[in-house]
Amino acid sequence: MGAIPGGDLTVTNLEVLGTGPLALVEDLGRPGLAHIGVTRSGAADRHSHRLANRLLVNDVDRATIEITLGGFTARILGGDLDIAITGADAHPAVDGIPFGTNSIARIRDGQVISLGAPHSGLRSYLGVRGGIAVDPVLGSRSYDTLSGIGPPPLRPGDLLAVGDPTDRFPELEQAPVAAITGGLVELRVTPGPRDNWCVDPDALVRTAWVASERSDRVGIRLVGPALEHRWPGRQLPSEGAVRGAIQVPPDGRPVILGADHPVTGGYPVIGVVVDADTDALAQVRPGQSVRLRWSRTRIATTGVSDW
Amino acid sequence: MSVSRIRDYGDRALLLEFGSTDEVLACAAVLRAADITGVTDIVPGARTVLVTLTDPTYQAATRIRLATVECTFQAVPVPPGHADVVIDVIYDGADLDDVAALVGMDTDGVVAAHTGTPWRVAFGGFAPGFAYLIGGDSRLSVPRRDEPRTRVPAGSVALAGEFSGVYPRESPGGWQLIGRTETALWDIDRPQPALLAPGMWVRFRAVTSP
Repeated sequence: MGAIPGGDLTVTNLEVLGTGPLALVEDLGRPGLAHIGVTRSGAADRHSHRLANRLLVNDVDRATIEITLGGFTARILGGDLDIAITGADAHPAVDGIPFGTNSIARIRDGQVISLGAPHSGLRSYLGVRGGIAVDPVLGSRSYDTLSGIGPPPLRPGDLLAVGDPTDRFPELEQAPVAAITGGLVELRVTPGPRDNWCVDPDALVRTAWVASERSDRVGIRLVGPALEHRWPGRQLPSEGAVRGAIQVPPDGRPVILGADHPVTGGYPVIGVVVDADTDALAQVRPGQSVRLRWSRTRIATTGVSDW
Repeated sequence: MSVSRIRDYGDRALLLEFGSTDEVLACAAVLRAADITGVTDIVPGARTVLVTLTDPTYQAATRIRLATVECTFQAVPVPPGHADVVIDVIYDGADLDDVAALVGMDTDGVVAAHTGTPWRVAFGGFAPGFAYLIGGDSRLSVPRRDEPRTRVPAGSVALAGEFSGVYPRESPGGWQLIGRTETALWDIDRPQPALLAPGMWVRFRAVTSP
């Protein structure tokens, strides 16, 4: 067998057979580089990503595969391997025999892992004991879809080396995790910092929003009545952004920034989804209903602008 | 000078507001040097510094800590004797004639104005390695193009509003192109991938060949 780019045949490998709509290597991203234009990126649903590592007793910095809308298949080559799949339940199976999401499964050399399509939720995380050991870029194994930094989206034929496991062993076989809802998702939002740039910022928490088809790791667009700008045509000087920030572009249709958001932006941010709820947001599918509520009382300011 | 106003930006970040970009840069540098526990990122903007935190539990304590940070700041920043970075530019951009017409100069005048005074890196965004440069010759303020280009080549030197900038890689863009450089603004294989970081001084130099 000849050398296969990306793989190391002396260790256990995952041979990608099928990717579904999108399969990316992700970890917890690249903190600390926003001032040079590099966003953090990392797993969209950090909670599910972390759970996969915890089940496998991996160090927290290990990478998993973020699988959007299932459809991923891979073969284990070069040894047996413990795996765990978390996030959206895509009915995982080994050689066609189902095993549970949020649990550990031992896969034998040559066996094939396959994911179907999830009934609810958007992203599943495939963790392997030892982590996906592609080369890090700027300190992270995450793919940033906006800038293209990091290991490129997976393709059939890719060979992914598995890293060294810790010397601790898994104690938990199954994590108790509430099922991801396909119905209404409620998210807490901290008011501001630019809520006074909308005539009626409370419309954000009164409206029954629907997640748009035009949603991805950069941002989730909300469909509903347009929010009215207090100062149409006025430009906010560019300022830094975070995942969960709710921007209101000139058309008044809010966009909630995702893991691969631009580091700065010039649209007013009228509220920010609380950090813990951005993981649930990452599981919202296009067409799903979203309700927002203020995490604390919004103190209405007058029309006076600071700028 | 201390921070004039601190706002919550969600539950894991604080937004510090200032009166000018010079204050932003002065304070961002002080905060970076202070190496405050729990701070992930310090992100300068045009009038703000966003301080992101490792965890929501740092929010209240960091707010108190930041309110006490003193930033010395010069009302008019004095450029150093030599620029941090000199960028050689061939001034043959597709929009050079349009820019000259917009600002009421000939093209030599545009080149002289662009190279005549130092620029300062204010903040990043748009793409890795892209820097919004401010403080250049104020006569060069031009609007963006009415029709953005779908492909702007890497190394294009451009103007928009009060800013100048260099496209780190090929991308869509609506700025007015006045020239091009061979200097790599972004190289992921360098120890410092971005050539420019906030606070740095930059001078452009006209050349006829790369």
